[in-house]
Amino acid sequence: MDAPAGPLPPLIYTMENKPIVTCAGDQNLFTSVYPTLSQQLPREPMEWRRSYGRAPKMIHLESNFVQFKEELLPKEGNKALLTFPFLHIYWTECCDTEVYKATVKDDLTKWQNVLKAHSSVDWLIVVVENDAKKKNKTNILPRTSIVDKIRNDFCNKQSDRCVVLSDPLKDSSRTQESWNAFLTKLRTLLLMSFTKNLGKFEDDMRTLREKRTEPGWSFCEYFMVQEELAFVFEMLQQFEDALVQYDELDALFSQYVVNFGAGDGANWLTFFCQPVKSWNGLILRKPIDMEKRELIQRQEATLLDLRSYLFSRQCTLLLFLQRPWEVAQRALELLHSCVQELKLLEELVFSDQDYSPHGRAELGFVSVPPGALDCWVFLSCLEVLQRIEGCCDRAQIDSNIAHTVGLWSYATEKLKSLGYLCGLVSEKGPNSEDLNRTVDLLAGLGAERPETANTAQSPYKKLKEALSSVETFEKHYLDLSHATMEMCTSIGRARSAKLVGKDLAEFYMRKKSPQKAEMYLQGALKNYLAEGWALPITHTRKQLAECQKHLGQIENYLQTSSLLASDRHLTEEERKYFCQEILSFASQQTVSPGHKIVLPMQSFAQLRDLHFTPSTAVVHVGGVLSVEITICSQMPVPVRVEQIAISVHFSIEKNSYRKTAEWLTKHKASNGVIHFPTEPSPFPAAQNSLPALELYEMFERSPSDNSLHTTGIICKNVHMLLRRQESSASLDAPSGVALEDGAHVLKCSSVTLEPGANTITFRTQAKEPGTYTLRQLSASVGPVWFVLPHIYPLVQYDVYSQEPQLHVEPLADSLLAGIPQKVKFTVTTGHYTVKNGDSLQLSNAEAMFILCHAENRAMIYSNTREKASDASLRVQSSDKVTSISLPAAPAYHMIEFELEVLSLPSAPASGGESSVLGVTEPHRKHKDTQKAGHCMATTDHKVSIDCPWSIYSTVIALTFSVPFRTRHSLLSAGTRKYVQVCVQNLSELDFQLSDSKLVDTGDGTDLQLIPLNTKSQQRISSKQSVFFVWELQWTQEPPPSLHCRFSVGFSPAAEERLSISLKPYTYEFQVENFFTLYNVKAEILPPSGAEHCKTGSLCSLEVSITRLSGLLEVDKDEALMESDEYFSTKLMYEVVDNSSNWAVCGKSSGVISMPVAAQATHRVHMEVMPLFAGYLPLPDVRLFKYLPHHSAHSSQLDADSWIENDSLSVDKHVDDQLDSSSVKSRGSVHSAASSEHKGLPMPRLQALPPGQVFNASTGMQILVLPSKDDHVLEVSVT
Amino acid sequence: MAVCVAVIAKENYPLYIRSVPTENELKFHYMVHTSLDVVDEKISAMGKALVDQRELYLGLLYPTEDYKVYGYVTNSRVKFVMVVDSSNTALRDNEIRSMFRKLHSSYTDVMCNPFYNPGDCIQSRAFDSMVTSMMIQVC
Repeated sequence: MDAPAGPLPPLIYTMENKPIVTCAGDQNLFTSVYPTLSQQLPREPMEWRRSYGRAPKMIHLESNFVQFKEELLPKEGNKALLTFPFLHIYWTECCDTEVYKATVKDDLTKWQNVLKAHSSVDWLIVVVENDAKKKNKTNILPRTSIVDKIRNDFCNKQSDRCVVLSDPLKDSSRTQESWNAFLTKLRTLLLMSFTKNLGKFEDDMRTLREKRTEPGWSFCEYFMVQEELAFVFEMLQQFEDALVQYDELDALFSQYVVNFGAGDGANWLTFFCQPVKSWNGLILRKPIDMEKRELIQRQEATLLDLRSYLFSRQCTLLLFLQRPWEVAQRALELLHSCVQELKLLEELVFSDQDYSPHGRAELGFVSVPPGALDCWVFLSCLEVLQRIEGCCDRAQIDSNIAHTVGLWSYATEKLKSLGYLCGLVSEKGPNSEDLNRTVDLLAGLGAERPETANTAQSPYKKLKEALSSVETFEKHYLDLSHATMEMCTSIGRARSAKLVGKDLAEFYMRKKSPQKAEMYLQGALKNYLAEGWALPITHTRKQLAECQKHLGQIENYLQTSSLLASDRHLTEEERKYFCQEILSFASQQTVSPGHKIVLPMQSFAQLRDLHFTPSTAVVHVGGVLSVEITICSQMPVPVRVEQIAISVHFSIEKNSYRKTAEWLTKHKASNGVIHFPTEPSPFPAAQNSLPALELYEMFERSPSDNSLHTTGIICKNVHMLLRRQESSASLDAPSGVALEDGAHVLKCSSVTLEPGANTITFRTQAKEPGTYTLRQLSASVGPVWFVLPHIYPLVQYDVYSQEPQLHVEPLADSLLAGIPQKVKFTVTTGHYTVKNGDSLQLSNAEAMFILCHAENRAMIYSNTREKASDASLRVQSSDKVTSISLPAAPAYHMIEFELEVLSLPSAPASGGESSVLGVTEPHRKHKDTQKAGHCMATTDHKVSIDCPWSIYSTVIALTFSVPFRTRHSLLSAGTRKYVQVCVQNLSELDFQLSDSKLVDTGDGTDLQLIPLNTKSQQRISSKQSVFFVWELQWTQEPPPSLHCRFSVGFSPAAEERLSISLKPYTYEFQVENFFTLYNVKAEILPPSGAEHCKTGSLCSLEVSITRLSGLLEVDKDEALMESDEYFSTKLMYEVVDNSSNWAVCGKSSGVISMPVAAQATHRVHMEVMPLFAGYLPLPDVRLFKYLPHHSAHSSQLDADSWIENDSLSVDKHVDDQLDSSSVKSRGSVHSAASSEHKGLPMPRLQALPPGQVFNASTGMQILVLPSKDDHVLEVSVT
Repeated sequence: MAVCVAVIAKENYPLYIRSVPTENELKFHYMVHTSLDVVDEKISAMGKALVDQRELYLGLLYPTEDYKVYGYVTNSRVKFVMVVDSSNTALRDNEIRSMFRKLHSSYTDVMCNPFYNPGDCIQSRAFDSMVTSMMIQVC
């Protein structure tokens, strides 16, 4: 009997394992069928229904067919599953009853008995039918009979346990059918066997697991059992299920360790707590590490062994499942947890030691030699990585770096610590102790395993090599580090890469090659700075400082030192140390003289605020400006600074207006303190985000009249906002700091800067006018210069130069003429120094005096309006010149004093002849100074002043206003005459009026002016008027015109005492034709019979015009007619009722000829009708001179007038005659004068001057009673 | 429980970082900083899905030999990083989650303070004591 694949090979646990099926019976038959069978069996999948609700699976079944032997059957209690025969098949070809009875039946029975003895129920009898055979034999029973027989004999109730395979080697449909049926049966039975046997196994396994709390339970035993199951799943290609078995074992073990750590000591675990003697890492190249497995089986495995084995199995399964990345991830977890577990166990032992002196002995002792774990981890990492690499292609690996990078960096880390441990990372190389340690570690590695012996890059070789010498270690460490960094960078883990880089830098520093370390440190530092991690920054800087020190990069080292010295995360000692480094460098004079090391100031000290004195930051040429700055020293110790300097940029301001003191005084910030923003917080947010806008209002004023011509908003930090975003350029760019060499420098020497705020004051004397901008702040400590490259916000001060100037301006809004007024003189000295004896020469104006008081004080102010001193002022007046001697005053000061001036109210010109009522205003010089309404008349006085600083005279115009306005009027009472003068006060002041006088300046000596004013003193309030009246009396014939001068003394009411006597206010005017010639009297009489007038009824109006004097000078004009020594003049009268009280019936006007003789009277009668009831004023009677045209018919008129002179009736007739013409010319009556121009031959009317006509009935009223039928009347009238 | 708790601004600078005083502070700073690599990775990998699912917990960022680093990101991309001792096996995902939630709500309280400028270091005493409570439960 030959096995199909040669003699039954010894069981090897390889993946070639297949479930075992034994074959009994006709071996030759089986051998012939075997190829087809083994080929056909896995072809179709079969659904495997699982117990415990596990999902059914389709599996392809394969089998290892072996010859049946009794030894194959498992003995009672044997837990091996792999060697378990799942199915027993008996093959027979028998078709002969005889043969059956003779041999086959016996054989079958024997077979069955063996199976039964082992209580195996999974069997099958296959009867192969062969037509060829049948034919050959004659005594063949029908085939069914054999099968039936067998069924009958063996398969009681299990008829399906016997199948027929027809002509298996033929190629016919029948054969195919029979094969299919057979295979299906075979598969079904196999699966049934699996389900049953595995189920039983699992149940047993669970039972075993439940016993785990019992003493004597062994994890290793259990492990073997469950692994058996895993093997079977693996055998069935159910890797997932297999993995689950291992994962369960893993979890169980982990839980035990945890529980053990928590004090739940499971005894079996102590077994693992034995000293770690071997640390040769994971072995993943073999599917099953038999060596370790045996250790476990023998219960001799250490924790590392167990873990290693478990992981190698998991790894194998995961790789079968095409999940290599999970291997990497699990590997990292495993390595971490192993390290943790070992630590835990170790700690536990140590902590137990105290109260249990036998602790070690009892519990065992996980002692791990230093470095052993590192070796194990390193080897394992590389092993896993190489294993993964071995089963993936390059592209896959590259795209999954994220999964493996952890292992790489872990390996790097471990190699590093091994290097440090074994003294490989030092200049001198390892010492003997280190070497001993290395030897120990290498011993723990054992010998290289055969499977990797031929691999050049095996982890074992790598580690051994790395530990063998300093050089090889360096090579391997660098390789690993670079590889790790590259990988980190390629997947965007910049931070991790930087951290590895930092380790590398540390390594280089240990190896004393700082030039290589620097790059990595800078890179890391940049990263930390960009993200604002203060502690890493500090730490990295410290390393960098050391590196730079070794490299001899003096500037960089000093800069880093200054940064560190100001770093608050360092201890005081460390800060002091770095500060001292700077100071000691500064003190040694090794550097070539003149060589400056320029460092940024930011870390050394910070500018906090700046303060100018004067606070306006404006000084005149030669003036002293002091700048006080507060800087906050960041150094931990006081630092003596040789010099602190501010370099200043000078520019000549184009706009000269800005240089004037007034402008600057007005426009600068009031307190003069400029605050600088404190250092931006260490957050990169502050750097990344844009600074806040600094917006300011801007007003540009025109230099000439200070009017606003531009306004807007300025962004002052636009250069910050619009600059290109650089990636934290400020840090490693000391080259960017350049020391500016300006011509203008503010200096302060030998200053000791205490930690914290220091105040430093700079003084400078202003020289050239212009704008000075503070640019740089620098502090020097020996050859080391700390420079603040830009002072921001912008700080400027201005130096100006100014021409001397004189301003004269009234104290009040306007100057009033006639009374003393104060005028302020301001001398702005500018660059001129006023010496003693300098004086202002004022050439006097005619009508203006400068009043000299005994004592005049002058105030001297500095340009910033601070009072400097006061001095007395001497004013000397002569006829032409007033000399004011100025007090001595330094340049850029102001002398202010006040003088009183008095403008004489110049005599107003007399009123024009015709303007009897008109207002004569004195000196209307200014054409348009008069505002609407009450404006005061003004007078300009020009004063020319000679100043000592100039050869030119300054002409100053002062405008005085006359406070009063005066009007006069003539009043009559019959022939008595009065003159009324009205004085109106236009000013804001109240005045006291006194000594009013009216004088006739004409020649007439007989005229008397009798004042009717009672008070001699009178107060006139602001905006009020006062009236004065005089009666004219004369004895002889009065003159045709009267020249008068009104004068009144005045003084401001408020002032009690005036030093000088003031000139009175005068007003001259002329009164003409003041003599009364005609008396007009009107009288209304009620209709005859009635006692009173009634509305609507006609009343008679009697007008009598009486000549009061004989021929006078004034009568001699065109209207006067002479005939036979009689003189007469033509007058026209007119009755007008402007208030519509009366209706004049008939003609209302007429021309009369009036004899020029005293008491000549003319009467006119008219009918008028009152329209309203009540006391009604009489209608006006107006009288005009009727000037005939110089023409022929004038004589006719003459004649008429004479004829009609005697009687009224005639007169009336004439009136009638004239009426038509009068009516026609009515419209032109008022414009009579104008019509004359046209040369029309029309008579002219001339109003009589009011003084010549006295209306006796003015103001008279007459009582009118209402009529009874009002309404009717009204209708009739309208 | 936690040995280090850090709140990191959107721009990746620390708003708050505190570690148990017994340990080397610097080490945790480096660790938290490096863990941001993974945070970034996870955030970009989750992308939109994260926002939609409102899953703020990022899970284990990376384990080291001694510590486990967990991450959490708020909707405003403020990151919470918590370092836990590896040996502390009692801490499962759920506990970590609830710790993060506590941290988040306390952080929200800080943000609600009208005197707190978003982006400034957190100096709230309440927040501090809450972090302390999360760290104290260690022993």
